[in-house]
Amino acid sequence: MELICPAGTPAAYREAVDAGADAVYCGFRDETNARNFPGLNFTREELAASIAYGKARNVQTYVALNTFMRAGAERLWYKAADDAVLLGADALIVADLALMAYISETHPRQRLHVSVQASASNADAINFLVQTFGAKRLVLPRVLTVADIAALAPKVACELEVFAFGGLCVMAEGRCSLSSYATGLSPNMQGVCSPASHVRYREDGEEMVSELGGYTINRFGADEPAGYPTLCKGRFHIADDGGYAFEDPVSLDVMEHLDALRAAGVTALKIEGRQRGKAYVAEVVSRLRQALAATPEQRPALLAHLRRLSEGQRTTAGAYEKKWR
Amino acid sequence: MILPKAISQPINRLPLPVIQRGTKLVFNQMLRQHPTLFDRLGDHATKSFRFTPADLNLSFLIVPARRSITVSRKSARMPADASAGGPLLTLLALLEGRIDGDAMFFARSLSISGDMEAMLALRNALDDSGFDLPRDLGKAAGPFAPLVTRLAEMVRQRALVGLV
Repeated sequence: MELICPAGTPAAYREAVDAGADAVYCGFRDETNARNFPGLNFTREELAASIAYGKARNVQTYVALNTFMRAGAERLWYKAADDAVLLGADALIVADLALMAYISETHPRQRLHVSVQASASNADAINFLVQTFGAKRLVLPRVLTVADIAALAPKVACELEVFAFGGLCVMAEGRCSLSSYATGLSPNMQGVCSPASHVRYREDGEEMVSELGGYTINRFGADEPAGYPTLCKGRFHIADDGGYAFEDPVSLDVMEHLDALRAAGVTALKIEGRQRGKAYVAEVVSRLRQALAATPEQRPALLAHLRRLSEGQRTTAGAYEKKWR
Repeated sequence: MILPKAISQPINRLPLPVIQRGTKLVFNQMLRQHPTLFDRLGDHATKSFRFTPADLNLSFLIVPARRSITVSRKSARMPADASAGGPLLTLLALLEGRIDGDAMFFARSLSISGDMEAMLALRNALDDSGFDLPRDLGKAAGPFAPLVTRLAEMVRQRALVGLV
């Protein structure tokens, strides 16, 4: 299986390549991609240089254009697609149907991957995208069990890519409005979940308080592992209870199911984390590369260290081994 | 890793002007070697960033647009748009991009406050900058370059144990 690795900066791109990536995905410095964070992402020149670095080492580059186009500003997304094609991107990762249509009509030879943000999780939806826009690969939403994926794979006419490690959303990809509810900005439209401009941290006695859009969303006790300041991982008062209503601060790790995913026909494993530093990218890519070549017995020892780098310092297989109703 | 008292106490006893002068020399040298360091900051370059090592009685205030660095005692509480605090060696490892800022934050080894957009932009700029403290310090040390580089590499090697 291919290992698809994140890069938020040229330095992280090089680390990913050197650590053993088969492909690196990245985005431009604007709202055309779902990691539109300050100081992150690539200029056209940086992308050109990075693609050259990858090509010289036989590593592919996928460009994420995975937000939904804003009405009246479609040109920004079309231009990003044109530029990515011109610069030699091996694939474009797209969520918006209209952008898929533009790419398939304007650049019919360009390889198109359907983003997880498109939220296509059944054979009819996936095959529609393949037949209509010529999509070659689909990144599956993190809503399916390994058994669901195994049942789905023979029914679709494209490659399947699944998230294997990293940040975990609340399984409403491309449709989540929690960030928008609190800040007016969302990953789907502006490319930012819980934008840093709306995040504040403050000390309150021994506790660290995180605020989003003026709302207090979590309190962490002294030395309690922390998570991202997202509403989905906030603590809520519900009736007489207080705690995590949507999801705990925890990251995804499905490497325990590697052989089952391989047997299911999955083509590629994706690492989440374009917002993470190059040290994280190097460590995770290197460990997962080793794990792909290791026996099931060897894998836990290889991967245990990664938990310390994860949100809340914990990992879960999430819906891949769904244990809830 | 917290600085041993045998190191932190002598540093804390140094007169502030001496520390300010030394810090400014190193800072200017770094900027010469990494002229595009602050390009990723955009408008955030005009903001002020305060770094407070937990194991030293010092604070460092940086304003990228002015290319200025100011050192003060912690008690001076220099106002800043964004602040970060943690053990000195953690902050230096972050400067070099040898550890991941998010992971340090999750582990509560790093505290941040103020303008998070500005702090995130700076974090990403530093992560892409290619800082290599032993090499960069060595270049500033003239004839003592090999000695300084080797010493700094030894310190870094020891400091990173347990951090990564």
